[in-house]
Amino acid sequence: MPKRPPLSFHLVQRGEIPRLYAWGYRLLAVLFALMTGGVFLAALGYSPLNIYGTMLKGALGSPGMQRETIKLTIPLALTSLGVLLAFRMRFWNIGAEGQIAAGAIAASYFAYFQAHLPTAVLLPLMALAGILAGGLWGLIPAWFKTRFGTNETLFTLMLNYIVMNLITFLREGPWRDPAGGFAATPRFPKGARLPELPLPFVGNVHIGWIVTLAMVLLLFLYMRYTKQGYEIAVVGENERTARYAGMPVRKIVLRTMFLSAGICGLAGMLQVAGPDRQLTDAVAGGRGFAAVSVVWLARLSPFGSLAVAFLFSVMQKGCSMMQTEYRIPASMSDILQGIILFCVLGAEFFLQYRISRRKEALA
Amino acid sequence: MSKPPAIQLIGLTKRFDRVTACDRIDLEVNRGEILALLGENGSGKTTLTNMLSGIYQPDAGSILLDGKKAYIRSPRDAIRLGIGMIHQHFKLVEVLSARENILLGQAGLIRIPPVEAVRTFGMKVDLDKKVYQMSVSEKQSVEILKVLCRGADKLVLDEPTAVLTPQEILNLFDTLGKMRGEGKAVIIITHKLDEVMAISDRVTVLRRGQNAGTVFTEDTDRYSLTERMVGRPIDLEVRRAEAPLGQTLLKVEQLTARDPGGRPLIQDVSFTLRGGEILGVAGVAGSGQKALCEIIAGLEKPTSGSVFMEGQRIDGLSPREIIRHGVSMAFIPEDRLGMGLVGGMSIPDNLLLKTYRDQKGFLLRRKGAREDAVRMISQLNIQTSGLNARLSRLSGGNVQKVLLGREISLSPRVLITAYPVRGLDIGASMTIYDMLNEQKRKGVGILFVGEDLDVLLSLCDRIMVLCAGRVSAIVESRFATKALLGMKMTGLVTDKEDEYA
Repeated sequence: MPKRPPLSFHLVQRGEIPRLYAWGYRLLAVLFALMTGGVFLAALGYSPLNIYGTMLKGALGSPGMQRETIKLTIPLALTSLGVLLAFRMRFWNIGAEGQIAAGAIAASYFAYFQAHLPTAVLLPLMALAGILAGGLWGLIPAWFKTRFGTNETLFTLMLNYIVMNLITFLREGPWRDPAGGFAATPRFPKGARLPELPLPFVGNVHIGWIVTLAMVLLLFLYMRYTKQGYEIAVVGENERTARYAGMPVRKIVLRTMFLSAGICGLAGMLQVAGPDRQLTDAVAGGRGFAAVSVVWLARLSPFGSLAVAFLFSVMQKGCSMMQTEYRIPASMSDILQGIILFCVLGAEFFLQYRISRRKEALA
Repeated sequence: MSKPPAIQLIGLTKRFDRVTACDRIDLEVNRGEILALLGENGSGKTTLTNMLSGIYQPDAGSILLDGKKAYIRSPRDAIRLGIGMIHQHFKLVEVLSARENILLGQAGLIRIPPVEAVRTFGMKVDLDKKVYQMSVSEKQSVEILKVLCRGADKLVLDEPTAVLTPQEILNLFDTLGKMRGEGKAVIIITHKLDEVMAISDRVTVLRRGQNAGTVFTEDTDRYSLTERMVGRPIDLEVRRAEAPLGQTLLKVEQLTARDPGGRPLIQDVSFTLRGGEILGVAGVAGSGQKALCEIIAGLEKPTSGSVFMEGQRIDGLSPREIIRHGVSMAFIPEDRLGMGLVGGMSIPDNLLLKTYRDQKGFLLRRKGAREDAVRMISQLNIQTSGLNARLSRLSGGNVQKVLLGREISLSPRVLITAYPVRGLDIGASMTIYDMLNEQKRKGVGILFVGEDLDVLLSLCDRIMVLCAGRVSAIVESRFATKALLGMKMTGLVTDKEDEYA
């Protein structure tokens, strides 16, 4: 046998790790990611500290900027909650983008054509329409999955493009604002706009912030303390066991997916009736996909998702500030998000394994 | 000392988190010797063999092969160093013949031609037969041939007899004997003490990751081995509880089912099960046991035939509908974590699986389940780090206690269990048998799908033998023998072999 050097390192699986320790590890990963991003910025010839400072200032420097950051957080957090519910069931809903758009279209219909109704009736009606439209759009892939075993990832993804282009069609055709020069939808009438309420320390933001906070709490309670939440967890963990226990698996999948997509639809309604005040192509704006990263980083926790969605929004807002001040493209935000995601997933690996050294015994 | 041992382990240690799976294990196997490795579940047998075959790396200690220090970093290294592992699960290409499987990807590595190996070791294999046409025992022979032809002179067999009939076990032992004659070093892992006594030269007993002693087989007996293995004397007798025979609870008539490809899984299976009786089901693995259980439990649908529970027809109904019909049947499937339990959830949450729906309203109340769990943990002596620990962190025996405990707590009239002691150590197995006997005394009808014929014979009242999906016999255990069951199990298989001969 040829002489080989003894193996000195190998990977060993770790056991259960204290929670606090694990979160510390993930925090370190984020710091490491920011450092890596810093190296990248330095290579471009900028001072990372200045840039990060500008980003922070741009996102949280004044109440006005804080309000803008919150307005970004609301739809992202809400969408994440929707995605999270489906993911808990191991149903890979990456169609939030389309579900947001479906909700937005349905809500806009009432804003454009039923504006004579009093606001107190119109807004709840729009919200209901948003939830129903988003939910029904999400039911389609769920029904096909339970009936024919289709792949939900591909199915939800493809459905996105249909609704997104439906918006373009409406904007350029039936719903086009005849008074405007561009092919755009008209602004919502006053009665179809969300009222604003003061958020502590920040000032007036549309009531979506209350809806989002309430939804975080509701979802947490739903998943932890209800029979339906329990069913979702069992189906997600082990569908065969769920069937064995007599759970109506089909019904659970359909119901959960309706709720998941319904929350996304609500996010779409809040976006058109809140900051956008009209139906645009950018109503989802990639949030349906960003939400997937958010919920993974948050390890499928509702409160965690809220925090991560806020951080993502800080980064996005900060990067647009960076763009105006330093003329660095705002895509830097995506790059940073990518690096952070990468590092945190790397940290997950080291939370499960450690590197070990072999000790030699005397022969 | 003339020749160094073929395999020598010195202070071999492997830790997983805080658990030391193998703790400074010393062990030797000589050429021309069969060493039985005996130990309960979790005693470190599998970890030890995984280190020998290069799947795990030891944390400390050395492996010496023929007196030379060896570093086995991958299964490839293990093969190169002459170590042949025979796992419980076969890795064969079904559509190829035995010969093709042996030669596959081994250009230049074959040391012994397959034909010669078959002759030398007295194997009963037709080299040109396709693997998918083979019985479990033939497949195992192909696996053994595979490593022998690659020139392995140190063989490790992981519970090779678990899937074999009594006759096939004798054939295997014959082959092992010839290997010994050829000067190979053989390690055989087994649970069954009779087999240890029958085939091995020496026995090494592992207990809690440590070597609890190595003895010459001729100097020991079943009882002292058990004591060494468990750490205390234990009653090995499986007893048949006496209970008055009740009414017919389960009646299966001419049940037939096919797989999606149209091949029959079970054919014309008919039997009755009465209260206060344990009906055993014997058969080579894959004879239709799984289909039979899953059809009765409502998880699969039969092609034809009927199932009656206390007079109600239930075939074709889903588990949910069966529950709705008020039928109280419990099913303990063979793959506990794959079906029946949720590995990622705690014990209380697993207890809720079948009862949560009876709770009123929208909310889930866990308090009752937590109390039940505390009671169950102490009653059944379940080893767990706490109420919130995930079930997948528990050992196989403890997982099974949770499943059986839950099903029994629902006071079923009929209990269907498939291989309830598979992977369980002796102590845990005896607990399970006691639990089944207790249910029998309560008048429950039990369908017991088993693999250990000794246990079937001593525990069950009657035994139904399945062979290739058909009932080949239903016998009274009192008047049956192992040889008879073995013959009935392979009835059709031997017919087929005659055609080829």
